[in-house]
Amino acid sequence: MHLPVYLGLLDSGEQALADSFDLVAEGHGDEPDVRQLCRTLAAQCRERVAALRPVLDRYGEKPAAEPERLHAEALPAARTGAVGLLRDLQDLVLLATLVDSSWTVVCQAAQGLRDRELLAVVCQAQPQVSNQLAWLTTRIKSAAPQALLAAA
Amino acid sequence: MDDRIADVWGRRTPYRGGGHWPVREDSHLADGVDPRRVQWVPSACVLCSNGCGCDIAVLDGRMVGVRGRVRDRVNHGRLGPKGLYGSWQAQSSPDRLTVPLLRQGGRLVETDWDTAMDRIAAVSRALLDDKGPLSHGFYTSGQLFLEEYYTLAVIGKAGLGTPHMDGNTRLCTATSAAALKESFGCDGQPGSYTDVDHADAIFLYGHNVAETQTVLWSRILDRIEGPDRPRIVCVDPRRTAVAQAADLHLPVRPGTNLALLNAIVHELIAADLIDHDYVRDHTSGFAQLRDTVASYGADNVAELCGVPADDIRRAAHLFGTTGRVLSTVLQGFYQSHQATAASCQVNNLHLLRGMLGRPGCGVLQMNGQPTAENTRECGADGDLPGFRNWADEEHIAQLAKLWNVDPLVIPHWSPPTHAMQIFRYAEQGSIRLLWISGTNPAVSLPDLARIRAVLGDEKLFVIVSDCFLTETAQLADVVLPAAMWGEKTGTFTNTDRSVHLSLKAVDPPGQARSDLDAFCEYARRMDLRDRDGAPLIGWSDPEGAFAAWRECSRGRPCDYTGLSYQRLRHGPVQWPCNDEHPDGQERLYGDGVFPTALGRCEEFGHDLLTGAAVTPEQYRALRIDGRARLRAADYVPGEHTTTEEHPLLLTTGRTAYHFHTRTKTARAPELNRAAPRPWVEVSAADARRLDLREGDTVRVESATGHVDLPVRVTDARPGTVFIPFHYGYWDTDSTEPRAANELTATAWDPVSKQPHFKLAAVRLTLLARGDQSAPPGGDAAIGV
Ligand code: SF4
Repeated sequence: MHLPVYLGLLDSGEQALADSFDLVAEGHGDEPDVRQLCRTLAAQCRERVAALRPVLDRYGEKPAAEPERLHAEALPAARTGAVGLLRDLQDLVLLATLVDSSWTVVCQAAQGLRDRELLAVVCQAQPQVSNQLAWLTTRIKSAAPQALLAAA
Repeated sequence: MDDRIADVWGRRTPYRGGGHWPVREDSHLADGVDPRRVQWVPSACVLCSNGCGCDIAVLDGRMVGVRGRVRDRVNHGRLGPKGLYGSWQAQSSPDRLTVPLLRQGGRLVETDWDTAMDRIAAVSRALLDDKGPLSHGFYTSGQLFLEEYYTLAVIGKAGLGTPHMDGNTRLCTATSAAALKESFGCDGQPGSYTDVDHADAIFLYGHNVAETQTVLWSRILDRIEGPDRPRIVCVDPRRTAVAQAADLHLPVRPGTNLALLNAIVHELIAADLIDHDYVRDHTSGFAQLRDTVASYGADNVAELCGVPADDIRRAAHLFGTTGRVLSTVLQGFYQSHQATAASCQVNNLHLLRGMLGRPGCGVLQMNGQPTAENTRECGADGDLPGFRNWADEEHIAQLAKLWNVDPLVIPHWSPPTHAMQIFRYAEQGSIRLLWISGTNPAVSLPDLARIRAVLGDEKLFVIVSDCFLTETAQLADVVLPAAMWGEKTGTFTNTDRSVHLSLKAVDPPGQARSDLDAFCEYARRMDLRDRDGAPLIGWSDPEGAFAAWRECSRGRPCDYTGLSYQRLRHGPVQWPCNDEHPDGQERLYGDGVFPTALGRCEEFGHDLLTGAAVTPEQYRALRIDGRARLRAADYVPGEHTTTEEHPLLLTTGRTAYHFHTRTKTARAPELNRAAPRPWVEVSAADARRLDLREGDTVRVESATGHVDLPVRVTDARPGTVFIPFHYGYWDTDSTEPRAANELTATAWDPVSKQPHFKLAAVRLTLLARGDQSAPPGGDAAIGV
């Protein structure tokens, strides 16, 4: 069964996303909305990790042997400036997208397994992740013209 | 003449529910003026969002006083201290700006309009050619007239094509608009001031109406002293006059409004005090709301909010069992943590009981400033004109047709830029020209040290139009002397959608001109044209601008098509005023149909926690179709909680005697005497603990700065201190920091983008012992 592999992927993906949100919050502290929301969203990721814990304990977490190319890497460092912010937000989109589709995969498996506990965790998590993606997209849309056309 | 400094709300004229609020004519004339020689010019007061109808007294070409208009639906003849003393006296102040100023060699020197406008047009043209329209920003006011806002909106959106336009209304009224859009699909005040006449209970959420809109409080007091007094419920961390008059006072801990409101909503649902038929037929989102608030039992949040659980249940019960309830919301919610989400819960309470659009059953998401409603309608504040939806291509096409421009010129790739972001872009150097009209950000924005640095930066070309050389004007590159209220004609709309015409009573001094003139002149010099080469701004006077706006409003919720200057000469009318509502509409949504349909709605909404925009496709899938939206959000702890280093929470706010940054009110001797200097209010418990006495000077420090102020001891909730936000530096010789916004941090609500003026962590240190007497100014908050 490959579910444990995917649960592990999800676990590390959420961790990486949380760390990256924190990194961007820190690195772009002069953008108060980015700082504040990235911190809030990092906390959400960690809550999801915590919610996943009992399920992980049940199935056991296997290191991702096979789909290792899907491994999620946290951002190494925040960039600077208006374009840097845009790039960092885009990196967060990539990470969050991977997390989002991992939840989709796990959701499908949970249905096949009729695992109510896991389904409950998934139902909590999925709308949150899509909201995070929606916020990132909203912020990117409003920042892009100024960063690309007018930034000093 | 009564002393309306001591007696802020004036003589009581009690009345019964359902009755007519008795008239009481308040007036004040300068000493020695013979009332028989005076000529009266109709207007309305612009010193708060109430918009009290008044006549300006004119003698020998000067304003010499005012009187309330007894037939005006807003005030029935009354005026508050600011209206009586503050509205007209600044006009003849010797330090009015009367000539344009230009910065040369680091100094502002006198010049003429031609030179000043030449300079503006040259810089603007060069920047447009070199950097494009995103280099231009406009920061306007809540105190200009409709005609000025609309003209500016057309210049910015159809002429230059910049999304960077906002008003200081972002600081006072953005959450009101945001909450209305999220719940009802579109801006537009549901209630009416006449709801006070009918209500059986009035809930005031973070709304210190006794000081912010003193005449509205007079109306409420007259009901309170009438034979069938309405119950009053007050949510406010301070023991304000409203709190003292209340049957139930919930002194909520700053920053926890949403948790408290979620609990009230939960208790209302748990006690099954809701109108199930109304919820089914006229709302969407009930299940999600119910589930979200399920964990907010009164017992669960009591400690967090600092309010006894029984009081939370009492509030819910009172709301759920009283016949007609009016709710009002203001800065205690708007300028605090999770502002939009908390304000939406007030809308939810009314939707859950189906209590909208009937006499006494209303919501007033209040405005702060007198003409804030017009920045919103006209699109000078981060909205599109006529409450149009930036994400609805059809709406953009309507505007493009009206203005005869390419739809792509109109920036609509995302919502117009909000004020705090405009200043951020200026700080980063991507906005290079900032035109500021009728407002004083160097005192009124958060984190003043930063704002002064932005405005003072040589790379930013700053244009300031004002009546006085404000703290902001002193940092400008060009200063335009502005005509003030009474020196120009125009219309404006108050909190309850009452449109007033304010006529020119006297000539402006020297070379001062209206902002409308300045904007029209700029458009001419920039040669802004439509697709066919005709001038984009096809008007040059207020009535022409009003006619253009009327067309823009056609068919929209804020429909002005039935209004004209002629009509408004007879008194105010509430919009919408059109063929369907020829006499205006007193209350909105009595039929349970809301402007949420596609093509009608001003916005598709946001996630209340993050502000993530709902896409048109997602919105379509929700099938809201004319129902209201019950919006839900979880409380999350805020960033600005207290620490060991900064153990107290600062809130800032308005007081009865002053408005905005005192540019007008401090020039009225009565008002200035009443509250000449700022102070800090400390709770009795904190004062004891810190060994502080009234009159002591303390240093108040936050992460961003400090101020040194005298102490006033009050019975506010322990842990909370208060500083009035009006005071800047133009009328003090001392260089000591004293503006409240030295202490506030740059942070805002994710949906409405309204800054958090009521949430800074601070500490107090005793600097000097005083004489144990309270500093003047806070008396209006004490005793009813
Ligand atoms: S309540 Fe407001 S509008 Fe009325 S007189 Fe006072 S300041 Fe003016």
